[in-house]
Amino acid sequence: MFEIVEARPLARGIKLFVIKAPRIARKQRPGQFVIVRLDECGERIPLTIADANPKAGTVTIVVQAIGKTTMLLSMLEAGDSILDVVGPLGKPSEIEKFGTTVVVSGSVGTAMAYPTARELKRAGNKVISIVGARSKDLLVLEDEVRAVSDETYVVTDDGSYGQKGLVTDKLKELVDAGGVNYVLAIGPVPMMRAVANLTGPKQIKTIVSLNSIMVDGTGMCGGCRVLVNNSSQFACVDGPDFDATQVNFEVLTQRNNMYREQERASIERLQADPEAELKKLRESNRAHACALETAEVSHD
Amino acid sequence: MTDKIPSNNPLPNKERAKLPRQRVPEQDAQVRAHNFCEVNLGFPAEQARQESLRCIECPKPGCVTKCPVSVNVRAVIDLILAGDYLGAASKVREDNALPAITGRVCPVEDQCESGCVLGKKGEPVGIAYLERFVADWERETGQFGSPVSAPATGKKVGLIGSGPASLACAGDLIQMGHQVHVFEALHELGGVLVYGIPEFRLPKDIVRHEIEVLRRRGVVFETNVVVGKTVTIDELMQEEGFNAIFVATGAGLPKFLKVPGEHFNGVYSANEFLTRVNLMRAYLFPQYDEPLYPCKDRDVIVVGGGNTAMDAVRSALRLGAKSASIYYRRTEKEMPARVEEVHHAKDEGVHFEMLVNPVEFFGDEKGNLTSVKCIRQELGEPDDSGRRSPVPIKGSEFVVPCSVAIIAAGTSANPLIQSTTPGLAVTKRGYISASDDTLATSKPGVFAGGDIVTGGATVILAMGAGRKAAKSINAYLMGAPKESVQEQTGTAVSAD
Ligand SMILES: Cc1cc2nc3c(=O)[nH]c(=O)nc-3n(C[C@H](O)[C@H](O)[C@H](O)COP(=O)(O)OP(=O)(O)OC[C@H]3O[C@@H](n4cnc5c(N)ncnc54)[C@H](O)[C@@H]3O)c2cc1C
Ligand SMILES: Cc1cc2nc3c(=O)[nH]c(=O)nc-3n(C[C@H](O)[C@H](O)[C@H](O)COP(=O)(O)OP(=O)(O)OC[C@H]3O[C@@H](n4cnc5c(N)ncnc54)[C@H](O)[C@@H]3O)c2cc1C
Ligand code: SF4
Ligand code: FES
Repeated sequence: MFEIVEARPLARGIKLFVIKAPRIARKQRPGQFVIVRLDECGERIPLTIADANPKAGTVTIVVQAIGKTTMLLSMLEAGDSILDVVGPLGKPSEIEKFGTTVVVSGSVGTAMAYPTARELKRAGNKVISIVGARSKDLLVLEDEVRAVSDETYVVTDDGSYGQKGLVTDKLKELVDAGGVNYVLAIGPVPMMRAVANLTGPKQIKTIVSLNSIMVDGTGMCGGCRVLVNNSSQFACVDGPDFDATQVNFEVLTQRNNMYREQERASIERLQADPEAELKKLRESNRAHACALETAEVSHD
Repeated sequence: MTDKIPSNNPLPNKERAKLPRQRVPEQDAQVRAHNFCEVNLGFPAEQARQESLRCIECPKPGCVTKCPVSVNVRAVIDLILAGDYLGAASKVREDNALPAITGRVCPVEDQCESGCVLGKKGEPVGIAYLERFVADWERETGQFGSPVSAPATGKKVGLIGSGPASLACAGDLIQMGHQVHVFEALHELGGVLVYGIPEFRLPKDIVRHEIEVLRRRGVVFETNVVVGKTVTIDELMQEEGFNAIFVATGAGLPKFLKVPGEHFNGVYSANEFLTRVNLMRAYLFPQYDEPLYPCKDRDVIVVGGGNTAMDAVRSALRLGAKSASIYYRRTEKEMPARVEEVHHAKDEGVHFEMLVNPVEFFGDEKGNLTSVKCIRQELGEPDDSGRRSPVPIKGSEFVVPCSVAIIAAGTSANPLIQSTTPGLAVTKRGYISASDDTLATSKPGVFAGGDIVTGGATVILAMGAGRKAAKSINAYLMGAPKESVQEQTGTAVSAD
């Protein structure tokens, strides 16, 4: 059982959680993720570790509510518990002195890119951040990003804040001006694909973080497989970071649509009575906590 | 000559051999093909007695020699005849820590029952059913007598993985007075017993019960710890005070066929399909959140001929598949699955297509699987394993429509522990090298056993390895003079 010690909305439909998970806090590196299962009936979903405090034994995750599990998670508050949190999973992001780096992120991707941007800066790179969102109320961690970046550009689709346009518009300007050595892109698949199409032909090293559907996160099921350089790779253990120019984004999109119908059914079930679902989760987790306590007491 | 041994069997030998083998009650094939409840219902006490009466009490029982852990079958049967079912269960437990489980999943036709002398002329004694009977009796009457542990030694042992190898090892180590801490990567304990083998063959409650017994005896279980990621073996030994480690992480990496089209939606590894269905309870969607690519009213093919393939195909059937077929590249004779599972699958309506191999998968514009192209095979010369290897027949390709294809072509070792543990020697195929005698690895204080050493094998062999490891870990901890470090390559058994 993993206690939520802090829960705070960051933007519309995006919420930050600080979770007690001392083992993970101690070991995690930027670019790694956890897999959580909310309660007994829950599925396992991957979430990037946005920050960690080894001393306090906590990890931070930032979640966008887009489906049943992320919506239910977003209803939780400090004091609630998550049944299972496992990690840190995946390979840490490659941190080197590349020179001038551009970190491109879209909405919740900003939280996922933030720890890597911070490490890139620490390693002596020039860090330029391009933060995108559909509109101002979907923007997260702007201050945090500014604090670790040499330059920060905010771009919104509707122009409600920062520059109006797409993150790739800004990226194109920077690339055309020359001198970019490394690009990291994290966000929706179309955005990552557009970045790859832009930087690939210019031979700029470009890394994307792939969000394929996962189950175990340890290489045991192969459900997260992606086509990279025409060969099957498991995003959970071989990634999630991959060379953008080698990724088959069509296959990624296609596989991410595999459970559309069931996902819709689950959302409808949740929305029919969200309070009841929340109550069920809390009761189920409380029962688990009690069972655990009894087991521990009987040891002595 | 058997008369010299005191016996509880009232019948003369000649009469015994004439008794027919008892048929175990089963759920009707047409009914069970649509539910996930257990197929075999087990012997009631009277049938267990009837079956036991058939045993002619050989002075040199072949069943015992053929059992990988030498369960004293003869003595067990005699205790059943005496009506002492608990005594019989304790007798089994002397050699086999998980009888309710092995009584359900052991490939008995290759083991104890193949050694039974009655099998030479007729049918062998139904040993697995008897083993299951006494274990279920013990559990259902709640009478498990917790054995008394030795005084605490103050030594701490970490077990990695919670499959049968680890569970058996835990039971013995706690008995010897050591502290035992089991680390499991998944959220549920039991290894393949919970994520692989389906409910209809091995109800999860039985596994849970065995784990509860261990917990009550003092074994500490910690789930959600991926050793190598969450913590390393070196950290466990140097920072967390573990005096010895037993690595029993199984052979969990799925093999794909490496043919075009394997990324289409609807192509699954058996591991993923079974994990979704069993561990995540996708068959109870939407009560459980886990989605599964729909099998209902669709054609499902399963590639492979082992237990994994049978479990997958029978699960698909239960999920409402229009057709559920096994595609195997050899013939039925070579299929490594338990004979009983093959019979059950046939009774339930599974279709068997022998001597075929997929060469390509096809999908529609959305990326959903629509069909598979296969090639027919014939059996050629025997390979290293002694099995005749299949050779494709030129020009024999054919295409069959299917919406779901499940690949059960074997598994290999997950490299996570090996790659994060300096000084741990591995075999050419990536399994951990361990001494045959002691299961000691090249790293002092670290032992390994089960599928991670042998490659995909059986529950009973994994358990046997767990017990062997417990013995040598005890010797290592208590300062037996024998040196612990030995170089040895593990023998690998093919699992497909
Ligand atoms: C390595 C990695 C890191 C991630 N980090 C974050 C993060 O920090 N913050 C965040 O908000 N989101 C993150 N995601 C995405 C997040 O896991 C999905 O949004 C979530 O699983 C959706 O579940 P749902 O039930 O709410 O929605 P659903 O309605 O079930 O799914 C919506 C979409 O999410 C994807 N998805 C569904 N189930 C899974 C699954 N089991 N595993 C992966 N993807 C799935 C599918 O593409 C699907 O179309 C990450 C994904 C990966 C692979
Ligand atoms: C579908 C299926 C059906 C089968 N049917 C039969 C049958 O009918 N009869 C039979 O005798 N055998 C059967 N087998 C084979 C049998 O289940 C295995 O041989 C046996 O389970 C091996 O036991 P083990 O303890 O070595 O490993 P496993 O049971 O594989 O357990 C290993 C455990 O270690 C965990 N783990 C892995 N890596 C780590 C890590 N880094 N940190 C922490 N934990 C980790 C895994 O999550 C897993 O829980 C079947 C196998 C499968 C897959
Ligand atoms: S081999 Fe068969 S008949 Fe002989 S002791 Fe064993 S079970 Fe009985
Ligand atoms: S999530 Fe199962 S192998 Fe990657």
